[in-house]
Parts: sequence; structure tokens; C-alpha cells
Amino acid sequence: MTPASFAPQDLRFAPTHEWVHVSAEAGAKVATVGVSAFAVAALTDLVYIELPAVGRTVKAGESFGEIESVKAVSDLYSPVSGEIVAVNDDVANHLERLSEDAYGRGWLIKIRLSDEKELAALLDHAAYEKQCAEEAH
Amino acid sequence: MRNTRSTQLLFELSKPGRRGVCFPAADVPTQPLERLLPKSALADAPPPLPELAEPEVVRHFTNLSTLNMSVDTHFYPLGSCTMKYNPKRNERLAALPGMAHVHPYQPDESLQGLLALLFGLQQYLAEIAGLDAVSLQPAAGAQGELTALLVAVAYFKDRGERRPHVLVPDSAHGTNPASAAMAGFESITVRSTPAGLVDLDDLRAKLDDQTAVFMITNPNTLGMFDAQIREIADLVHKAGGLIYLDGANMNAILGIARPGDFGADMMHFNPHKTFSGPHGGGGPGAGPIAVRAKLAPYLPVPVVVERDGHYALDYERPKSIGRVRSFFGNTGVLVRAYAYIRTHGPDGLRRIAENAVLNANYLLSQVKGLLPVPQGDRCMHEFVATAARLKQEKGATAMDLAKRLLDYGFHAPTVYFPLTVRESLMIEPTETESKETLDAFAAALAQILSEPAAALHDAPLTTPISRPDEVRAARQPVLRWQPEPVE
Repeated sequence: MTPASFAPQDLRFAPTHEWVHVSAEAGAKVATVGVSAFAVAALTDLVYIELPAVGRTVKAGESFGEIESVKAVSDLYSPVSGEIVAVNDDVANHLERLSEDAYGRGWLIKIRLSDEKELAALLDHAAYEKQCAEEAH
Repeated sequence: MRNTRSTQLLFELSKPGRRGVCFPAADVPTQPLERLLPKSALADAPPPLPELAEPEVVRHFTNLSTLNMSVDTHFYPLGSCTMKYNPKRNERLAALPGMAHVHPYQPDESLQGLLALLFGLQQYLAEIAGLDAVSLQPAAGAQGELTALLVAVAYFKDRGERRPHVLVPDSAHGTNPASAAMAGFESITVRSTPAGLVDLDDLRAKLDDQTAVFMITNPNTLGMFDAQIREIADLVHKAGGLIYLDGANMNAILGIARPGDFGADMMHFNPHKTFSGPHGGGGPGAGPIAVRAKLAPYLPVPVVVERDGHYALDYERPKSIGRVRSFFGNTGVLVRAYAYIRTHGPDGLRRIAENAVLNANYLLSQVKGLLPVPQGDRCMHEFVATAARLKQEKGATAMDLAKRLLDYGFHAPTVYFPLTVRESLMIEPTETESKETLDAFAAALAQILSEPAAALHDAPLTTPISRPDEVRAARQPVLRWQPEPVE
């Protein structure tokens, strides 16, 4: 069940630093969602994550959880709309997965997409890198 | 020279049977506990309290107190906290028997001096705020926020309006959204522009007939006065909402600009910041609030009133939200605020703000060559520098700089707040520091930046505790001392 790490070039990104990978699962489009490696590094030492329950529906731009570092608590925003069909409970006890493997074992939730068109609004890797470079200064 | 024995835990120093006090014999008849309390209310054994003699206790706390940094020992440029010097005369005045030794159940007639002082303070704070009515009741700034929001709830309920939203800029103190949530609102974040001011387009997009209150800190946490405030207030008022001013940064505008004049409907003061009360010392805090006349009926009880030269606590306020604190609030810090305001007078208060802004701008001019200050060359009472480039180039963080400053005999600035600036160091010198102190601080920062980054990760090297493991403390907090299990 553990996915191999995705190549960042194959992902889409929200300006709020969440990543999305879409695949077809049992006839539906399912998005795997996580937090970018850039954001994990910026958050520094993580101490807590709060993830939603399977079955909840989220809208694009809505908060689906919280991540806490020694510096601050930040909302996690869903890049897409749909029903949450899986949650990576393993991450809650192993926050180091996020810094070690943000695009693999650090995945957070899977969402069955209700509106594929939303994906077009997300950034590709190059555009996201550009945003991060601007934020770093 | 350091006494490490006396700074062990009191529990570790304890010896069974040791006593500091001999109680006199009871001069009333004694009764067995079981006759006074039901058995279910009695513990099986007394609590395991430490047993020590008086000198051991005094040495314990006196030695601990020397391990601290404070405004009496060090420069303390902790941004947003306004760590100005606490004049000692205020301590003397607050300790006068008529202030410190009164009892809340004394009749008003025997408290006229204290009540007159509190009544005067209400009036001074209303004048400084440019608002109509004041409550001295809230016990801290954050409780002032909550109290004012509960006043807003009562106000809108009275008008038959349902307004579930509170808007808060992303640069706000965390207490703003927390207070909104506690008052039953949903808080909605309003973005800042790259220049650090309220993004008016985002405000317009989120403002509607569901908006109860827009909470703004002005000057804001980046140390900038948002000159759009009139426009913001007009927008919010046109939508039927109220403006709340977080008064944390009043030190920058004292006697120069009044929140009521620039559109605020309610605000809180932090007497321990603006009016030189001790932070966390000298007793509990206070967070008085000021409001417009239309909100005054909802203020908590009691309010100090004057009737024919006689001062009294008024509880007969039918629309009041009720009590938020027992008796007349925490008077110790209020007496100090009163003394501070009377000592300086209107012109003196204005000079305080002018010098706070001058000192911050001078230090900004010294620091900006060392670390980037994204919001530019001018500030109000504080400014925010960033170690983001330093982190990228040398691997040293804002936290590393903050910790190393302790070794140089300076308290650290606020770090990692506001959240809108990466690797932020928020520096507020206050008006009570000399040019020599500010120069020495800038020189220490320059020296630290020339040190190898690897060495900074272990700082501080000279303090009693070096660098606590923050991650472990957050993940596995030890919240209570537990005795070692007895074999």
C-alpha cells in the first residue's frame, strides 16, 4: 500500500504548499495529497498533525487539518474537492516521514475528485518552484 | 559562586518533619475533620507537599531569580511585548496600604480613594482611546479581546442581527482568532499585501452582512501604521460591522493618534506594555477595554461611577454581559498605569511615543545593513528583520541568532512571529533605552553574524540551561512533577 515516492515533476501544487497526484482507482479519479518538501523545511521541527476522518467531504481551498511545528500551527488546505477515501494514519506517529519523504510515505490523504476541472487551477512544478524562490527572499 | 543546591526542586530539598512556621494554638474550639466535611470529600492521605525551613525556601527562590533575564538586568527587545523599564515609584505607590491592603468586601465609603483613582483611570483611558466608555475588569489583553467581542455579540443580538464572522489579518496576534473562536465566531483570515498592510481587495471580498467585527492591530505587528485605516473603517462600518483595535502597539501612537478618531469602535489596552506595568511580576495583569457610547450598555459589571462626589461600583446595568472578573478587577497593575499616566501627563505620553518610534528607527538603521528588513527603511515602534537569506546561505536560523544573543548579555527579540515573514526577528527597543545600549546590541548582532554558523547551533553556551529540546518538550510534555516511586 506504501506508494513509491512521486517525482515532483509529476505533481501539481497549490499556492498554499500542498501537492496533488492524480491516478485512476476503481474507475474514479483519486488525488493523493501531501505537503511540499519546501513547506516541510520552512515549518522546521514538526510536533503534531491533525488529519480528518475517512468519509468527510472537502471543498477546494477548505482546511482539512492542521500541522504544528515548534514555531507555529498551520492549516492544511485541500487543493481539490471531493470525498476523503483514505488517510495516512502512519504519519501522525511518524512525523519524520514528512521531512524524509514528503512526496512518498509522507502523503496525507486521498480524495475522490468531484470536479476534475479544478486541477487546471493548480501550479506545475516549475511554477511552484518559482513561487518558493520568491517567498524565500 | 553559583548555588546549585538551593535551585534543586523544593521536593528534592524536602525533609520529613522540617518546618518554616509554627502555628499558634487555635483560639476557637477544634472539631475533627470528619464532622465538618463528608467522607467522600476527604483524601485518604495528605498531599505530598515539600517540607522545608524558611531560609531554604528563600534561598531557593532568590537563587532562581538570579538565573533570569529581566528589564532590570538586561536590554529586552522582545517585539510586540513593549518591554520598557518599569519605574520603581509605581511599585511604591501600588504598595500603599490604601491600594494594596483593601478588602473587596469593604463598604464603598471606606474605599473612596481607590475608587476615585479607578474612576480617573477610566476617564484617562477613554481620552487616550478617543472612545466613550471603559471597563477595567478584564484580567489580561486577551481577556479584553474576548470581553469586547462578547460586548459585540450582545450588541448585535440586541439589534436582532446575526453576524457569525470575525475578520482577522494574517499578521495578527494569535490571540485575535482565538478570542473570536471563544466568543462563538468563525474567524476568517484577511491577507496582507507584500508591503505588510491589509489587502483591501481581499477585505472587500470577505466583508459582508455576516461580518460582525474586523480586528486590526495598528500599528501592526510588522511595526507599520496602516494608513488605509479610515478607508478600512468606512468599508466595515458600511457593511454594518464593528472595528476592534488590538491595542498591543499603543506605545507607538500614544497622545498622537486616537483609535476612536481613526474609526475603532472598541479596543483593549495592555497596561503592562504601554503603561509600564511589570510583565508577569507584581501581581496579576489587566486588559482594560474602551468602547463607543452605543456599546457602553453591554460592558461588564461593575463599572466605577461617580454620583455627587461619591464613587461607587455600579452593578445595575441591565444590558451588561455580566461579570468577567471578580470584584473590581486586578487593581495593582491599574494603580501603576494610573501613576504612569499622571507622572507623564498628556505631553509626556506623546514624547514616550515619539521616543519609542525614534529608538526603533535608529536601531532599524543599525540592523538593516546586517539583516534584510523586508518592510523597508521606516517603522513605528518596532521592525521585523529576516534571517531567511542567512539560513539559505549559511544554515544559521533566526533561532540560532536569538539564542546566541543571550551569550552576549541581551535578551532575544521575538522570533518566528509575525508568520508573514520567514525566519523573522521582531525587534522593539522601547523609549527607555539609551543610544549606547542600542549601539551595543547592533554591534553584538554584527559580531554574531561573523561567527561560523556551526558554532551558533549550540548557543547559548553561558546560560544555566543551554538549548532545551523543544521538539521533545512539545511531543512528550512533562506537565507535573511526580515523586520517585518508593522501593
